[in-house]
Amino acid sequence: MEDHSPSANLSRRDFVTIISAFLGTIMAFAIGFPLIGYLISPALTSLTAKSSRISLGLLSNYSIGKPTLFTFTRAKINGWEKTVNSYAVFVLRHSENEMKVFSNICPHLSCRVLWHEDQQKFICPCHDAHFDQQGNVISGPPPRSLDILPHEIDPSGNLYIQMTEV
Amino acid sequence: MLHKIFIWFDERLDLSTIYRVIFDRKVPKVNWWFTLGSASLFLFIIQAATGIFLSVYYVPSPEHAYNSIQYIMNDVAFGWLLRGIHHWGASLMVLAVLLHMLRVFYYASYKYPRELTWLTGVILLLITMGMGFTGYLLPWNQRSYWATVVGTRIVGTIPSIGDFLLRILRGGTDISAVTLMRFYSVHIWWFPALLGLLLVIHLYLIIRLGISGIPHEDD
Repeated sequence: MEDHSPSANLSRRDFVTIISAFLGTIMAFAIGFPLIGYLISPALTSLTAKSSRISLGLLSNYSIGKPTLFTFTRAKINGWEKTVNSYAVFVLRHSENEMKVFSNICPHLSCRVLWHEDQQKFICPCHDAHFDQQGNVISGPPPRSLDILPHEIDPSGNLYIQMTEV
Repeated sequence: MLHKIFIWFDERLDLSTIYRVIFDRKVPKVNWWFTLGSASLFLFIIQAATGIFLSVYYVPSPEHAYNSIQYIMNDVAFGWLLRGIHHWGASLMVLAVLLHMLRVFYYASYKYPRELTWLTGVILLLITMGMGFTGYLLPWNQRSYWATVVGTRIVGTIPSIGDFLLRILRGGTDISAVTLMRFYSVHIWWFPALLGLLLVIHLYLIIRLGISGIPHEDD
């Protein structure tokens, strides 16, 4: 069929090209959106921090003036797998009711610090960072002192901490 | 501008000849039954694409296979859609390939000089069935487990070598982690590679020899 309307601005061929490009774009988005969503989906799950209350047992179990390690585990579900992670905190009692609870995670690169009773220091074995008994940096690369976790003591003398997990 | 880019590539790759040979072929006047081959090819491409996407999350181990699919279905965005397409596309592909075979048979399209097109087609049909059989075990639920028990037992009924073949299929006497892994391997590597190779030969033959028309009374 010849084009019988020479006055028309749009030829039949151009019309088909434009319509194909238009529909093609819609189809590409309709297919592309679910596929990209599928691939990046695990990164889109909500990052709202989950705070949990962890019991550290009776306060009287911790001796005054000496950082004491308390270990516990938390289960986390990643995708189709449940992983149990180990955590530990240092409890340092200054007096009967005054205390600090430190995370044992080094603020440098997340290695676990150890309490050295003979030197009265926390030492991170990865990059030789030293912290004093109060968790302040003495030497080494850490950008800040050891993280302090909020704690509470119930009326019957049990110690609890609030731990925030992402 | 786009045209200039196309000309640049065409000079070097001769794309227009490829286009002419593949798409501007002369074909006899045929009917809708002759679209089943293209439909099978399209379904194969869909299955390959969705299968690659499913392999991002699926784990072929007895501990995780079922849970990883639950994760795809319930937690991954559009996971239900991709698995749904793969699931229904599989049945549809077996159907399309079977009907394609019947069309070729009833129109006698397998005759000289197209015997090799027919023979590669027969193997492609068998591989398609094999894809269905191996893929059926992967969800690792009751239905897939027992279907595989029965399917492998059928092989076991072959006289004298049946029991040996059954143990090759299962990778031992039981349906186990070994069975799941080898079915997965065959499903995502061996069969698709073989299928792709034969598909290229099949399509080459169709382009080389052309397709047959509808037979007439006086043929």
